[in-house]
Order: sequence, then C-alpha cells, then structure tokens
Amino acid sequence: MVQNGIDRRSFVKKMAAAAAMTAAAAMFPGIIFASEQLENLPNGGDLDWKKGPCRFCGVGCGILVGIDKGKAVAVKGDPNSAVNKGLLCVKGYHQTMCIQSKDRLTHALVKKNGTYVQTPINEALDIVANKMKQTIEAHGKDAVAMYTSGQSTIPEGYVASKLMKGAIGTNNLDCNARLCMASAVTGFLTTFGADEPMGCYEDIDYADYFITWGNNMAEMHPVLFSRMLEQKNKRGAKIIDFATRTTRSSMASDKSILFEPQTDLAVANAICYEIINNGWVNKSFVEKHCNFSKGLTNIGYGTEDKFNFNDQPAGINFEEYKKFLEDYTPEIVAKYSKVSVMDIKYLANIYGNPNNRVVSYWCMGMNQHTRGTWMNNLVYNIHLLTGKISQPGNGPFSLTGQPSACGTAREVGTFTHKLPKGVVMNPKNRELAAKIWKVPVENIPSKPTYHATEMFRAVDRGDIKFIWTQVTNPLVSLPKTSRYRPGMEKDSCFVVVSDVFPTPTSDVADVILPASWHIEKSGLYGNSERRTQHWNKMVDGPGETMDDAWMTIEVAKRMGYGELFPYSKENHVDEIYNEYRQFHEGEKHGMAPLEVLKKESGVIWPYVNGKSTQWRFNAKYDPACDNGEDFHFYGKPDGRAVIWQRPFEPAAESPDEEYAFWLNTGRVIEHWHTGSMTRRIPVLHKAMPNAYVELHPEDAIKLGINNRDMVKVTSRRGSCTLPASINERGLPTKGQVFVPFFDEDLLINDVTLDAFCPISKEPDYKKCAVKIEKV
Amino acid sequence: MSIKSYIIHCEQDKKGSLFSELQKLSNCEVIPAQNHEVIIVVTDTDSDESDNQLYNQLLEMKGLKHMSLVSGFDPK
Repeated sequence: MVQNGIDRRSFVKKMAAAAAMTAAAAMFPGIIFASEQLENLPNGGDLDWKKGPCRFCGVGCGILVGIDKGKAVAVKGDPNSAVNKGLLCVKGYHQTMCIQSKDRLTHALVKKNGTYVQTPINEALDIVANKMKQTIEAHGKDAVAMYTSGQSTIPEGYVASKLMKGAIGTNNLDCNARLCMASAVTGFLTTFGADEPMGCYEDIDYADYFITWGNNMAEMHPVLFSRMLEQKNKRGAKIIDFATRTTRSSMASDKSILFEPQTDLAVANAICYEIINNGWVNKSFVEKHCNFSKGLTNIGYGTEDKFNFNDQPAGINFEEYKKFLEDYTPEIVAKYSKVSVMDIKYLANIYGNPNNRVVSYWCMGMNQHTRGTWMNNLVYNIHLLTGKISQPGNGPFSLTGQPSACGTAREVGTFTHKLPKGVVMNPKNRELAAKIWKVPVENIPSKPTYHATEMFRAVDRGDIKFIWTQVTNPLVSLPKTSRYRPGMEKDSCFVVVSDVFPTPTSDVADVILPASWHIEKSGLYGNSERRTQHWNKMVDGPGETMDDAWMTIEVAKRMGYGELFPYSKENHVDEIYNEYRQFHEGEKHGMAPLEVLKKESGVIWPYVNGKSTQWRFNAKYDPACDNGEDFHFYGKPDGRAVIWQRPFEPAAESPDEEYAFWLNTGRVIEHWHTGSMTRRIPVLHKAMPNAYVELHPEDAIKLGINNRDMVKVTSRRGSCTLPASINERGLPTKGQVFVPFFDEDLLINDVTLDAFCPISKEPDYKKCAVKIEKV
Repeated sequence: MSIKSYIIHCEQDKKGSLFSELQKLSNCEVIPAQNHEVIIVVTDTDSDESDNQLYNQLLEMKGLKHMSLVSGFDPK
C-alpha cells in the first residue's frame, strides 16, 4: 500500500513499527501504544485528521485517520474518545492498510456463462432489482431475503429494513449479529424487558472486581482489557477469568478458573445458591425490584429444519426458587463442572460481599451457547440477588463483537422479528413503523420468518430463491458451512453479494457489488455501551465502489419504491438518520441529534436534555425512572426485573467414544472475524498467517502429536486439517481442542454444528464433538 | 541502507528516562508502550557500518534490560 505523498522509505518504516507493535501485542496481553508514534510519522504535522469509530470490534474506539492528498496514510487513537482515550490495539492502528489491497473489488461483476464479467454498476443494480422483482412475482415476497451485518452502518441497516419490511412486505431480513449476540438480546429482554447494557465503560474506573465469563478480553477487547489492567495496577482491582481455555486473559488475570464446557449454567446457579444460603441477598432490592419466573425445560437444540420453540414463562416465588437451587450446591456442581468447591465459593463471596463493586463481562462464550439466553439470565440473577446493578462499578455487561451490533442490528433492528422500535408481532410497533415509513400498516407482516441459520437452510431447501448479503461473509462464519456452501451454490437461488473484497461467499455469487469501505463513506455505528458514533466520508473509494445504503436505495427505486426512498446521494446518511431518530424519541431511548454526534466522539443514549444517560434504571442517573424508587426497570410493565429459574442442561453434542474431544472455536487478536480485511493487512497476516488447532499437551502426547504436525479435526459434519499448536497462544483443557475461524483456507465451520439456543436462535460455536487424528 | 525495528524491554521504572535518551538519537523513531515497560525503536541507517554503530549504541543505553530485533527491511 505505497501511496502518493508518502515515500517508500517512510512507508517501510511504518511497516517496521507496525511489525514490532504486533509482535509486542503477542508478548504482552493488553499492551497499548499511545499516540506518540504519530509524531514520527512522515508528514505527520501536515496531515488532515478526521474522526470516526474503529472498523473492528464492538468496543467502539475513537480513531483519527490522517489524510494526505486524499489518501489515508495513518491512524491514531482519538484522545477525545471516552472509550479508548487515545489508545488503540494492533488491528486498530493498521486498519486502513487493507483498503488498497490488489484484489479490492472496484467494479461490479456479473456471472455470465460461468465467468465473472466486469459490468457498469448501474447495469448490475438493474439486474439485481429485476431479479428481485421477478422472483417476487413468480414465487411470492417470502422467496427473497436480505442478510446484513453488525458491521452495517445505522443508515445501511435502516434502509434494508425499510425495503424488506416496509416496501416489499417480508420479514426475510436477518443479520450476522444473530451469530454473536442474539442471546444477549433475549437475555436482556426476558430479564429487563429492554435491550442493551444498563452500565457503561466508566464502570471500569470504579469496580473492585472484574469477572470475565468465557471471555478472552485481552485478545477480543484489548483496549477495554488494558483499561482494566490499568485499574488493577493503580487501585488493586482484581480480574477473575472464568473460562474453558487458558488464554492471554487468564495469564494477565489475578485468578483463572477453568470449567467443563456447558457447566457455566450450573456454576452460575451454585453462586446463587451460595448467595442465598449465606444470607447475602440484598433483600430490600429484591423485594422492591424483582419478580421470580421459570420457563420450559428440555427445550431442544434446533438442529432440525423448521424447528420452532416458544417459551411459556410462569411466575414462581422466592421459596420455590430457593428449593430449585438445592440441586446446585457447590459440592454437587463441582463434580461435573470440574470447578472446585472452594472456587465456586470464592466467586460467590466476591459477588456476595456488599462492600465489593463487581462488573461481569461476557461475549461469545455465553452468547454462542445452546442455552445462551439462560446463561445471560443467570448472570443477571447474580447481580439482581445482590443488588449490584445499574451503579458505577456494579453491573452485568454484555460486550458485542461487531462495531455496530448494537447500533444497527439491535437498535435499527435488522433481525426478522425486529422493527426500528419494537417487534413485528406488536401492532403498535407496526403502526409506528408504517407511519414513519409512509406505508400501509398491512405491508408489514406480523410474523417473523427466518433467523440466520434457518435462512440458509431455506436457501438450501430451495424455499429462498433470491438472497442479497451485505457486509458479511456467511460461508466462512456460519456454523456447518459443509451444508450451507453447497446450498448457496445451487441454481435455485440467485445470490447477490456486496463486499469490499472477494470472499468464499462472493465466490458463489451471481452478482458481486463493489462496496465502499468504512472511511470511504459517511456513517454511524453504535457500540457496546450504547454509544452512537458518527463519521464523515474521509477518502474516495476506488472505481465504482458504492456504499451499501445507496445500493439498497438504488435497487428500491428500480423496483418502484422511489417515493419511499426520497434521499439525496450527497446527504442520504444525514437524511436517513434524522428519519430513523423519530423511532426512539423519548427519555428511554432518545438518540442524540446529528449536530451533537458530528461534534462529539460518540454519545451514549438515552440522550435526554442534552445529556447522556450512563447508568439506566437508576433514578440517580436515568431521567426515565418515574416510579419514585431508587431503581426502576421500566422495560417491564410492572417496573420489576425478573430472576429466572433456569436449570443446567447438557450441550447439543458431547464427546463420546468415537468423537472424543470438545471442539471450541473463536478469534485471535490479529484478525477480525473471517479475516477478509485483516488477512489483507501484511503485518497482521504475517503475524498470524493461518489457523491452527490447539491441544492440551497431555492429549498431544497420547496422540503422538508435536507442534506443527498436521492434525485432522473431524465431526459428523465434516473435517478440517490444520497444524497443531501446543502450549503456544492458548491452552485448552484436557479433552478439548480450540481452532480460530478467521482462515478461509482452513474452514473449521465445515466441522461445527448448527445447534442453537431455542430462544435466541444463536448458534453454539463453542461445543461439538470431534475426533483428532495425526495425518 | 536498512530499516529495522526492535522491541526494547526496560528495567523497572526506567522507561521514562530511557525514552528521553532514545529520542536524542538521530536515525531513530521511538514508540513507548502506554502500559508496559516496553519501547519500540525503528532505526533507519544508510550503511552497514552506521547500522552496527547505532545497534551498539542502543545496547549500551542505561535502563535497557533486553533488546530484540523484530524486522529488517532494505528499502532500496
């Protein structure tokens, strides 16, 4: 990526610095380099610095991109951002280095007689619109689908929802955030009746304990982890890592506690047992602000097509809940969780001590779980029983993986069941959407259709005959790609892929649309702490690249919906945001006006009377609390949060004689999700060029496997052969292997199982049974 | 004619003083870690002789515990 205005020597120096920072990140968990590096960059003093959010991960760090002669030549952390205070991780620093990759998609490609032919973008959009229209005419509106992303901007998600639900009239819209935080959503909704964390990152500055539940923050949320380490060093705050694998986070924590996969459900219940048994319940809080409920049990795993489940909540009382917990004494749970009685009591004591301020963090470990909703409920139970919630330094905090999983997927609502406010099942929510969208309310169907996994099953079955994916790479990220890749290759479905780079998903497309990258368009993201972040376009994209929102608008116009999409090309981002903002008016979810977002490095909603609400549901901080009490969980009609009785149930598939190992999959610090961007950043690619399989050293000895030996990982779905890694990056427990999923050349998702949480429909990528063979 | 990058591990509480001294060297870019006793140095020299000279100069600096080469480029 040698650019105009930056000579080769300066560029090589930047690469050398980047290589050293990446190497340092591999040696020191949470290491952060501050903006001093920029002082030494070529032309540093003359660069035009533009603000925006980072493209990678849900933390939402503020970045400043240095522009020289229309090219992005440097990135630094935004010192004005309350999220990262000028810090960035290795991915953040190097993010713009991918955009001029040699294989960048710069023009539309249309498959003709099996060959991709470069086609003018307007012609390609004609083809997309005509095909979509013809499919609806021939097979009905539920034969077309869109699959978008937690990396889509707020305007991109909004116009996709408006086109599908308001204009066409189908709920066939879902997004890849289903794969990463749908369980967090259903957890929030079932417990509090309102989505997204009640606290904010400032909790880090106050908490005495950070308990991370199945969450390798040192690699996945490195800037937040560095903020925690700073508090550890400064105030003696403690980090407790509760996981199934020893990681860099474990090594940097004060204590690492390992558990048998799936038994986090039992351990959470055991903590609640201890809290009650030792008299640590905050009785006044629970009496005033909580109800108790139970749901159905033995709820299945969704591995069969067209699986359907609806929970049936029923109220219970405290005594019934206490009785239920008798099956979860530390002594009983220790036997199958492999967590010692002492460690269970240690965790319970941290939460139970009224003098401790405790934040629980989690991400994929709890969400990608066949009982993900339950797991979220159970951690909320702990915080509700002890009253450690909605206060600075006290609270449960579900982290997101993608930069706008909250802002776009959850708030705009690019799930099949969602609308920008509320859900399609609710007549009032449909009426509001119809009013703002200016469509007849009958246009919006009242029943959800396909969640992500079921959407690709429907493609495979031939029920969906047209699908358009934007900002996502499902043929690497879906579970059980061994089924869904051949499904997408079938002639029965016309596939449109909008992306920045070629991917295994674009390889099966009939039309490939060249998308603008993050800084080549204006946009808004929403991060994990309810912070909305705006940025202006910083550089021009190459060729005929176009932002996804404008592509959707162009297709909508071509389909005859132009009146519903009256936005201008120059200003559509602002116009769409101003329209969208109407959905959230009020004290419970008010969004900041554009002029504020353009000035600030992100603003937390609810934004009320010119002020962000940092801790929701606490009357001291949240103007929406109006019950006259200290706390008000106003998402529920009676203002009370729910403590849920949720049992331990086994995983969908557990190791047996033939498939003797658990397979756990996940991410690495160098790569963003499926690697389509970060593998095109030379320094990150060189630091982590390929996927690998981690084994426990004792398992490796038994199987005669040494580091770098090739190992075949096989499940009932498929297999993948990778080099072995023993005692290197991470260390799985005995009987478990770990494989990162970023590598499209070593597709571990051919092996994974498409079981999901029946409530959230989020797949479990952390647990299936595999056999391991040296090849 | 080479560009090299190094990770320098500092002695306890010496990062600040070492950083100041490193900044005085010509042909060096210096990037301190915010939260670890680590400094990254990128050297840019025009001959093997000056490269060796700078390398030895770095090794002799007070407060330096350990130095490891990460990358070397010849941008000719």
